[in-house]
Amino acid sequence: MSASRLTTGGSDIDRARPLSFTFDGRRVEGFAGDTIASALLASGQAVVGRSFKYHRPRGVWGSGVEDPNALVDVESAVGRVPNARATTVQAVEGIKVRSVNASPTAETDRNAVLDRFARFLPAAFYYKTFMWPDWHLFEPRIRAMAGLGIVDSDWKPRQVSDQVNHHCDVLVVGAGPAGLAAAASAAAAGHSVVLVDDRTHPGGSLRHRAGEVDGLDGKAWVETVVARLKSGGQLVLSDTTAFGLYDHNLVALNQRHSDGRPDTLWRVRPRRIVLATGAIERPVPFANNDLPGILSADAALSYLRRHGVLVGREIVVATNNDSAYEPASALAAAGASVTVVDCRREGGAQAGTGVRVLAGRMVAVARGRNAVQGVLLDDGTTLAADCVLVSGGWTPTVHLFSQAKGKLAWNDQLAAFIPGEAIEGIGVAGAVAGAVSLSEALASGVAAVDAFGSSSPAPRGSGAEATLGVVSLWPKPKAKGRVWIDYQSDVTAKDVELAARENFVSVEHLKRYTTLGMATDQGKTSNLNGLALLADITGRGIPEVGTTTYRPPFTPVPFASLVGSRRGSMHNPVRRLPLEANHRAAGGVFQEYGGWLRPAYYGGGEAHASIQEEARRARQSVALFDGSTLGKIEVIGPRAAEFVDFIYYNTMSTLKPGHCRYGFMLSENGVVFDDGVLVRLDEHRFIVSCSSSHVAAVHARLEEWRQDRFGRDAVYIHNATAQYATLTVSGPNARQVVEALDLGATLDDASLPHMGVAVGRFAGNEVRIARVSFTGDRSYEISIRADRAEVLWARMQQEGRAFDAVLLGLESLMILRAEKGYIVIGKDTDGTTMPHDLGVAGPRTKRASEFVGRRSLFTEAGNSTDRNQLVGLAVREGEAPLATGAYGVEKREGRPKSIGFVTSSYQSPTLGRPVALALIERGAARHGETIDIQHLGVVRQATIVAPCAFDPEGRRLHA
Amino acid sequence: MQLFPCPFCGPREESEFHYGGEAGNLRPDGRDVTAERWAGYLHMRDNPKGPTREIWVHLTCGEFFAMSRDSVNHKVSGSSVLGEAEHGA
Amino acid sequence: MTRHYSALSLFKEGLAGQTGWDKAWRSPEPKPRYDAIIIGGGGHGLATAYYLAKNHGVTNVALLEKGWIGGGNTGRNTTVVRSNYFYPESAAIYGLAHSLYKTLSTDLNYNVMFSARGILTLAHSEAAMETAARSVNAIQVNGIDCELFSIEDVRRVVPIYNFSPDTRFPVYGGTWQPSGGTARHDAVAWGYARAASRLGVDIIQNCEITDFIIEDGRCRGVVTSRGAIRAERTGMAVAGHSSVLAAKAGFRLPVNSYALQACVSEPVKPIIDTVVISPDTGVYVSQSDKGELVIGGALDRIPSYGQRGNLPVLESVIAGMLDMFPVFGQLKMMRQWAGIVDVVPDSSPIIGESPLPGLFLNCGWGTGGFKAIPAGGTLLAHLLATGRHHDISRPFDLDRFARGRLVDEAAGSGIAH
Repeated sequence: MSASRLTTGGSDIDRARPLSFTFDGRRVEGFAGDTIASALLASGQAVVGRSFKYHRPRGVWGSGVEDPNALVDVESAVGRVPNARATTVQAVEGIKVRSVNASPTAETDRNAVLDRFARFLPAAFYYKTFMWPDWHLFEPRIRAMAGLGIVDSDWKPRQVSDQVNHHCDVLVVGAGPAGLAAAASAAAAGHSVVLVDDRTHPGGSLRHRAGEVDGLDGKAWVETVVARLKSGGQLVLSDTTAFGLYDHNLVALNQRHSDGRPDTLWRVRPRRIVLATGAIERPVPFANNDLPGILSADAALSYLRRHGVLVGREIVVATNNDSAYEPASALAAAGASVTVVDCRREGGAQAGTGVRVLAGRMVAVARGRNAVQGVLLDDGTTLAADCVLVSGGWTPTVHLFSQAKGKLAWNDQLAAFIPGEAIEGIGVAGAVAGAVSLSEALASGVAAVDAFGSSSPAPRGSGAEATLGVVSLWPKPKAKGRVWIDYQSDVTAKDVELAARENFVSVEHLKRYTTLGMATDQGKTSNLNGLALLADITGRGIPEVGTTTYRPPFTPVPFASLVGSRRGSMHNPVRRLPLEANHRAAGGVFQEYGGWLRPAYYGGGEAHASIQEEARRARQSVALFDGSTLGKIEVIGPRAAEFVDFIYYNTMSTLKPGHCRYGFMLSENGVVFDDGVLVRLDEHRFIVSCSSSHVAAVHARLEEWRQDRFGRDAVYIHNATAQYATLTVSGPNARQVVEALDLGATLDDASLPHMGVAVGRFAGNEVRIARVSFTGDRSYEISIRADRAEVLWARMQQEGRAFDAVLLGLESLMILRAEKGYIVIGKDTDGTTMPHDLGVAGPRTKRASEFVGRRSLFTEAGNSTDRNQLVGLAVREGEAPLATGAYGVEKREGRPKSIGFVTSSYQSPTLGRPVALALIERGAARHGETIDIQHLGVVRQATIVAPCAFDPEGRRLHA
Repeated sequence: MQLFPCPFCGPREESEFHYGGEAGNLRPDGRDVTAERWAGYLHMRDNPKGPTREIWVHLTCGEFFAMSRDSVNHKVSGSSVLGEAEHGA
Repeated sequence: MTRHYSALSLFKEGLAGQTGWDKAWRSPEPKPRYDAIIIGGGGHGLATAYYLAKNHGVTNVALLEKGWIGGGNTGRNTTVVRSNYFYPESAAIYGLAHSLYKTLSTDLNYNVMFSARGILTLAHSEAAMETAARSVNAIQVNGIDCELFSIEDVRRVVPIYNFSPDTRFPVYGGTWQPSGGTARHDAVAWGYARAASRLGVDIIQNCEITDFIIEDGRCRGVVTSRGAIRAERTGMAVAGHSSVLAAKAGFRLPVNSYALQACVSEPVKPIIDTVVISPDTGVYVSQSDKGELVIGGALDRIPSYGQRGNLPVLESVIAGMLDMFPVFGQLKMMRQWAGIVDVVPDSSPIIGESPLPGLFLNCGWGTGGFKAIPAGGTLLAHLLATGRHHDISRPFDLDRFARGRLVDEAAGSGIAH
């Protein structure tokens, strides 16, 4: 191949701005406006990559997203992009470009030898061998051979990708003549328009094919229309690919930027969509049709007119339709010697000066090793050539239409599928809709908008070929040599025949068995040739064979675009305490608990020792704890008491105002969903306290039952969790500290007993004081407006100093509650735990009124006697704590059987020994029994005891 | 990204909604409900392929409502506030 | 005709232009009557056909497929095979599947590429480490290989993980099942089809069930788009569409259909050698032998039979993946798709006789169907051949819902399916 840059021409390049980069270490010259592919062609680089399987040499084939061959890893100032498509990536000064799947270079790839063994490695050969002794033995070598680009394992994310949500009246995909006509027409009718095109310059075929519109040269018309759209405030996005058409006609776009910014994801919600996505030229089937130097005819024309690159000196054009004649004539005019081999008996009509036409002939074989050197025709003629251009007809780019579940219809005249029955809200125009001539394309663009109810005259076009005159030129069975169908996946006609022979005759089976169409180009050039051959082999029509499902994305989309700013702390953000800064100032070490960032312990010391020390000191005098995450959901209304009775397992309506009661909420399947304290403030007003991590779920359940059974006038529910901070004072001296806070409430045990609630004031704000304890010691939970919590917290610490108050992190609180046998739902229970497993059996049998989950408590499983029940576990003196998650095991019928597991386990500094909670089969009746506990293969013994290990009489609650 | 019509707030993105179950699955109360009837309420579903009527909640406003849509092509034909047919009591 | 697959036959065929291979499976016309009918030509149905013939000698069997075999969830999953389950009942069923997978290639004479590359389930907090320890213990008690991994172990196995302390999902460790891995999904379907066909099973594609033949309160066969076909025992394995067939048979199932999405990246040279699962981000990722990253995530939260991808869930899955593996931020998504899975309240399968006598169920696998294919096939074949449960399938009977005997792995463990 002797492609070269002409001295003039090239609408996309700026010859005043030369640049250079390296390809496989070699220096390549180009101009601003070049793609990597056009610069490689201009520098005479024939081999730009190696195929996936056989490492065949491959050159540039297309000029856009359809190219199956020119994949490269690009290293630039902004990092590596593996598997970039050289035909769509702009050349930039100084970048390092490497061919993929080749070592050391594309030209001299040492794995090229594989191609010699191709006959033993047909489609799907791997299913027939490597079975013995074990696939895993062969796999590492095969994996190393597979894959294309190389991931840079030191790569760091740079800027986050922008994401834009956008609404418009009309979204037009494709800025060729049809798309431009549609956009202009929609804009003229007063619609807001978004026009997107995946190329850098709008215009589509008008940028490199001859044509006049409304008396203007094609390119000039494009510029006029685009300028008018932009000045009218419409959005024209170039370098932007509409890659997905999703439910409810949401269209996803990926926009590339030339300034090094990461791509932008657009989610566009148009009222109407016009798909003017064009068509893709098909390869022509002949032996060795994959050699470097064999290109799409349209691509060759594009390289000539856009980049001033002449793809060869001695050119053969193989075609079955009229569209190849303009490239042929233009290349001849640019100085190449051109022979058209037209399989149609009459040939085409428009051959330009100097173009030789051989009608009624076909190319049978291309010759050459690393580049094409000539062709052999079906009549035995040989022609020398350094370049072969192919045009096997045009395949409409129906991908987005198909993604929207649109049905395709076979069009005989075009020998291709086009969109069939219209889909609501989606119009099609131009080549994708089967329009061939320029005037047809323009008219169809306007018509697509007219269908939405606006009307304007179509621009008049002339100049482009009026017909395609395509005849079928499909791959044939039993052809000589290797006729390539899918270049990137290395699928030949013989592979398709093999698949059919083995009964893989469904088109989806063909695809999966041979990998046809499954490479990074997703079969844009290969699908139709493949299924036409399958149709031929199986004696079916092409429409009967049908197509595979087109799936998004149309072209590969950076993961980074899809993620946008949803990274690090922005991905599923944690919730933060109002007093976080105060805790940090006090040395709080934070961890995430159920979505909240909370102090695990305080002080800079070693974690275990700090936690033990907090737990020890808490029992001695007084402890302060920030329990603000505790759920606080208000339930108000005339039927509120009835409502809480229904919601809770325990009867709650008998609770007296000013008091609170501990209870369970069940799911309808009878499983304990949450536990907590219900406060009754007055006759019709309750506050549901629920576990920190369950607040949203509990609130949702309350709302669901309210709306289902109680109605909006009977009960009102308000989630006030975030509005209040809850600060707890706990310990033998808790009352003294609270008294010192001067809350204006009577705190003696007669006025405010355990499980009593009082209202006081602090610094002018109402506070709620609840005698609720999660430590087993006398405790006061004080709830205050979140924005006033800081002052109260400071005052608590100040008053606490006299009592050697300690700050409790969550970890030491866990020890205190475990000493008491108090459970944490989801930790000490699992998704099978029912309330009677936790020792609260009364309501199950005694309650008369209905409640959530009730019936499930009486299923066979609910009545069963072998349930796991909450117990404590004690170990022998001097032994270390059991591991949380250790399993109780029993030998049954000679095999170990699980009998439950350790749910919580800690060293108790107060008791000087470990404490543990567990769910053990029939555990409630087995106190005193010693069982085996297994952890990571090591078995220990533990004795089943009552869950409460500390102050079982509960004296300290009142002390 | 689907758009669902909340009868109170208008069309909103699917991520604002949560599926609440098939419409008309009324809760049987009481301890004496048969195990089969209870399992029917709790677990058994029509799960229709095609047109379906469902209960959804719009998380942002907290309101439950009924929505008719197609489980294959995802077209939404309408939504309404909960009526008699959707309530158990 | 070349029937046996081996390196030698491949070599010989190479010399002969690969023209001597015969059909991987026959496509006969359906007969009016069989000893058994299997509805559904996915992995489970095909495996059922194979084991009916192989284990029970029942070869007069029709397997009816609405479209093309392997075209449902078998061809749409992320190919993970593991058996690290919590409850003995689950361990038994997935353990059976896993052990059959290990020798499946030689058993079927078809390389299904079962690759024991190890499965790492990450723990992102101290609490998750406790749960992980519990999982490991439960799984070990069940006799299945599983180890508790420290952060150093994780670093050794997936060095490209984001170990920076300020990541949203820091790693504390995880559980490791060394014998878990992946298998080539299409090959599983085709391998079973070929082996079943060779044993005499008729595999009939493009054959849609329009109705059941019900006489004397029993299922006596099916009416199809290709005519009526009778048999005294019929099995159905039509994941994602179980409720649709159940409605035709006159009963309901505890099943909701949801879309499960997956996607692949462009192929790259090997970068990750194991399967990594993160319950917190809902992401699982592995790299196929072709070099594509295969990425799966949580279910779409909208009941659906529409087998196509959507953006919202996918975006959050990929966000999770990039938090875990920032280097994948240089890669692109090449293809996305969705399968429709049967979601059951306890996320465990339903295997057993249906409320319509003579019709047997294999459904409800949720997102875990692929890994269970050999077991699902073995157990449904046992039911069809004997009319009775295999010991392993008994806990999974439909009656467990009325009995409250759910086998709820998610409730027990928090391990995502």
